[in-house]
Amino acid sequence: MTNPTRIRAIAKDGITEVRMRMSHDMETGQRRSASGELIPAHFITSVTVRHKDRVVLAAEFSTSVSANPSLAFRFEGGAKGDELSVSWVDNRGGGRSDTVQIA
Amino acid sequence: MNHQRRDALKAAGGLGVFGLLAAIGFIRPELAHAARNEAAFSAKSLDAVVAALGATTPAESGGILISAPDIAEDGAAVPVGVLSTLPGTDQIVIMVEKNLNMVAASFVIASGTMADVQTSIKMGQTSNVLAMVRADGKYFVAKREVRVTLGGCGG
Repeated sequence: MTNPTRIRAIAKDGITEVRMRMSHDMETGQRRSASGELIPAHFITSVTVRHKDRVVLAAEFSTSVSANPSLAFRFEGGAKGDELSVSWVDNRGGGRSDTVQIA
Repeated sequence: MNHQRRDALKAAGGLGVFGLLAAIGFIRPELAHAARNEAAFSAKSLDAVVAALGATTPAESGGILISAPDIAEDGAAVPVGVLSTLPGTDQIVIMVEKNLNMVAASFVIASGTMADVQTSIKMGQTSNVLAMVRADGKYFVAKREVRVTLGGCGG
């Protein structure tokens, strides 16, 4: 029931630039529904980015990260065609993993 | 006697199922080693975050650059970037002073990865955004005020 993470990874001059947008409500647990009930927290807790099998960035999120979180960073290495994967898990045990080839 | 034996069998059977699920990859390794630092994520002050991380008192540093708008019209998505020029940076923590829980995100920077991350965060009101960095085992911090005209944490 989750949507793919949109990932763009471009290698240039020995450095790979990665940008992504995950699809997630990032519900804070503080908002109330129209009927006045608290909407339970539902948010991504951790994100792992791997180049081939090596973790290049690991992140932990709180509910303070925006809905549909975006993330951008750079790492040394990476070549056109290499696999780059982004996996996330949320506080309810949901999660997904998406892989792209570095452009 | 029989009851005990059945209980023991049940217990063993339960373990077996768990082990089997783990073995076939149903239980993801990400979940298995989810050692999230809950104390840090529920901290209400920089001192509490520092204590939860077992960090030393961070020194203010000009070597950490926070990029963020001076005025954010929408607190629901405030773009924030943190760049550390401090050698040996292996962790970056982004915090919002006046949010209910201070820590917004924490990044582990692998060797070979630039200490330069960008994301977007929610801000309930005008506040300092803090970036704490671990570099060569020492902690440093920088802050920058972002004025928020419409909060992003309420309903």
